[in-house]
Amino acid sequence: MGVNIKSMKYEDFKDNEYIESLVAELKASGTNVMVGKLDELINWGRANSLWPLCFGTSCCAIEFMALGAARYDMARFGFEVARNSPRQADYIMVQGTIVHRMAPAVLRLYEQLAEPKYVIACGGCAVSGGPFKNSYCVLPGVDKILPVDVYMPGCPPRPEAMFYGLMQLQRKIKVQKFFGGANRQQKIKEFFASHPEDAKQM
Amino acid sequence: MVNIQEKISALCPSATFEEGDKLTVTVAEKEWHALAKALKNELGYDMLTSVVGMDWKDSLGAVYYLTSTATWEMLAVKVAVSDREKPMIHTVSDIWGVANFQEREVYDFLGIEFINHPDMRRFFLRNDWVGYPLRKDYDADPEKNPIRLTAEVNEDDTYSLEEDENGNITRVDKKVFGDDDYVVNFGPQHPSTHGVMRLRTAINGEIIKKVDVMSGYIHRGIEKLCEGLTYPQTLFFTDRMDYMSAHQNRHCACMCVEKALGIEVPRRAQVIRVMMDELMRISSHLLSYGCLTMDMGATTAFFYGFREREDVLDIFEKTCGARMSLHYNVIGGVVADLHEDFQKDVKAFIPKMRKALKEYHKLYTGNVIARNRMIGVGELSKADAISYAVTGPSGRASGFACDARKHKPYSIYNELKFNEIVRENGDCYDRYLNRLDEIEESLKILEQLVDNIPEGEICAKVPKIIKLPAGRWYQEVEASRGVFGVYIESDGDKKPFRMHFQSPCFNLVGVMDNCCKGHMIADLITIGAALDYVIPDIDR
Repeated sequence: MGVNIKSMKYEDFKDNEYIESLVAELKASGTNVMVGKLDELINWGRANSLWPLCFGTSCCAIEFMALGAARYDMARFGFEVARNSPRQADYIMVQGTIVHRMAPAVLRLYEQLAEPKYVIACGGCAVSGGPFKNSYCVLPGVDKILPVDVYMPGCPPRPEAMFYGLMQLQRKIKVQKFFGGANRQQKIKEFFASHPEDAKQM
Repeated sequence: MVNIQEKISALCPSATFEEGDKLTVTVAEKEWHALAKALKNELGYDMLTSVVGMDWKDSLGAVYYLTSTATWEMLAVKVAVSDREKPMIHTVSDIWGVANFQEREVYDFLGIEFINHPDMRRFFLRNDWVGYPLRKDYDADPEKNPIRLTAEVNEDDTYSLEEDENGNITRVDKKVFGDDDYVVNFGPQHPSTHGVMRLRTAINGEIIKKVDVMSGYIHRGIEKLCEGLTYPQTLFFTDRMDYMSAHQNRHCACMCVEKALGIEVPRRAQVIRVMMDELMRISSHLLSYGCLTMDMGATTAFFYGFREREDVLDIFEKTCGARMSLHYNVIGGVVADLHEDFQKDVKAFIPKMRKALKEYHKLYTGNVIARNRMIGVGELSKADAISYAVTGPSGRASGFACDARKHKPYSIYNELKFNEIVRENGDCYDRYLNRLDEIEESLKILEQLVDNIPEGEICAKVPKIIKLPAGRWYQEVEASRGVFGVYIESDGDKKPFRMHFQSPCFNLVGVMDNCCKGHMIADLITIGAALDYVIPDIDR
C-alpha cells in the first residue's frame, strides 16, 4: 500500500510504517469509488504544486533562500512560488525561533492561510525551542500554538533535509481526503465562536 | 593613560579610577551628564560604542564604553544607582544619537529609567511584560508572563521623565505619532524586512515623515541565557546572532575569554581564524548583494550572488562540517584541523570570485534603474554615522574610516596588506559598492595567507574547567556588518556574571529614521537592504 510521489522512491523513505498506518486509518471504513478517484486526481495536483509562505525569522530562512536558488532549486519538485501573502500560500514553514512578541503574529498568519493549510516546523527552534528553550521569552516549539504537520530537525537543517521534510508533506497530502474529509462549515463556526470580533464584521 | 586620568579628575574631582583591560572611571550619577558632555567635546570621545546595563545586586547601573575616533582609545565609565525601586540615570541620548536605543534596551532589561530621554518605551519585550529579565532577582515564573496570543494594546503610548531647573522630575505622557499622522505598518512578516522587523512609518503622500522601529520579534534572551552557562557553552549563541558573521562573532567571544585568561593562541590557529573570517565576510557580502538586488526587483542577480556563495559554503562544509552555524572557533584556537582540500579549494575560488565580481558589476552596477534608485537615496552624513556609531561597510560609505582590522588590529591583521574602502557620499549606492570592493580586499587577504599557513598546533593548552578571574573585559572585531563587541564581567566563577553582545546591526537600524526621512515609501526597502541589518543580531 505504497504512497508514491514523483521525486523519491517509496523504499527510500525511512518511516513508511507511519504513512501506512495513516492510510489504513483513513481507509478503514472504505472509500466511495467516485470520490476516491476524484481525491486522487486533486491530490496529485495539490501535492505537486505546494506554494510556501515566505516566513523566516532566523538562520533557517537563509537555508530556505539557498533552497530557492539555482543549486538546490526547489522549483523542480513543485515548491515553486514562494508567496509573500498568506492568502496565496498553501503552507507555512516556520523557519526559526518564535518568541512571545511574535506569537500573536504567527497565529494570525496561520489563520489567514486558505484551507487546506499545513504547518512545517523547520529547525530545532521551531520544533522545540532549540538552544533557546530555557529562555524567558521563547516558545518551546511552535506546536504550542499551531498544529504542526511535519517536523524538520536540524540547526539549520541542510537543504537536502528540507527536501525530505517537504516530500513527507507531499506524501501526507497524497493520502488525504479532500472531499468529505473535513466538515468545513463546522470549522468556520468554531472559528467565529472563538473570534467574536471577526464575527461582527461578517 | 595618566594624562587622561588627570584631565578627567580636573573635570570631575570625585571620579575614581580603576586600571584593567580598559581604564574605568566611576562617577556619581549626578555628575555623569556634565562629564559625558565634556568627554565628547573636550577630550574627543566622540563615539559611544556600547552601553551595558548592569545589576550588581546592591546597585543597578550601566557601563558606557566610549571611543575616540582620532586615536581609537577606549574608556569605560561606570555609573551606578543604589535605589532598586525606582532607579534613574540621566540620559546621554542628546550627546550621542546611538544612546537613544541603547538606553531603551537597558530600560527594557533592568528597569532603569533615563531622565530626559525622549521616548521611554520597552524595546524588545511586549509592553505588558511583567518584570525586568536581566535583574538578578527576576522571577521567571511562566505564570507571570504566559504566552499571550493577543496583540499588544496602546502601542502608541510613551512617556518621558522631564527635569526642570530645580531638579524636579515629572512624568510626561506622549504619543509616538500625532493625531493627524497617516501611519503605514510594515512588518513584522514582510519579505523585504530580512526577518521579523516591524517599521511603522508616518507618511505625507508618498514622502516618509517618521519611521518608528519596533524590534523584539525575535528577541531570544541570549544575554540572560549566557549567565546560566559555562564559557564554552555561551559560544554557541554567537553563531546564531548574526548568522552571516558566525566566524567573526565567535572569534570575538573566544578572544575576549583568551584575553581574560592570558592564553596565547598558536600561530596556525590565528591564520586559520583570519582566513575563515574573510571567507565568511565574502559569503555575507554575496548574500547582501543577492538580497539587495532581489528587493529591488532584479531576480537574476540574486541567483548570481548565491551561486558563488555556495562555493564558500562548500569550503566551510569540508572543514567545519556544516554550512551555517559553524562552531569552528574554540577558546584557545580552532576545534579541528583544516581539510586536506582547503588550500586547493581556496586557490580555485579566488580567481573564480574575481571573475564573478566583474560579472556582478556588468549585470547590476551600471543599470539605469538601479543607479536611479540608489544614488542620492538614504544619505547619512559622517557626523551622524559617528554619533549613531554606524560602522562596517555602511559607516565607511559615509566617510567614517572605522575598520577595526585597521584601527584596532587584532589577531594577525597588522601584518596583512589590504585597503580600507572608504567612500564619501553615504548613500545606498556607496554602501552597495563598498560591499563589492570589500570582497576584493578579502580576496587579497586570502591570497596572502593561503600559501603561508604555518605548521603547528591548532589549539593552545586550555584548562578543562574555564574560570575567569574577577574583572571586566571588552573585545571588538570587524564582523561583516560592522564592529561587533563582547563584554564579559566575571565574579571569578565558571559562569559569566554578565555577558553583553554589542551588535553592529543594532546601530544600523537606529539610523533608519534619519536615512528615510524625506524619501519615498518605496525607498524604505532599498535603504533597509543597503544598510543590510540582520534581525536576530539586533534582537539577540
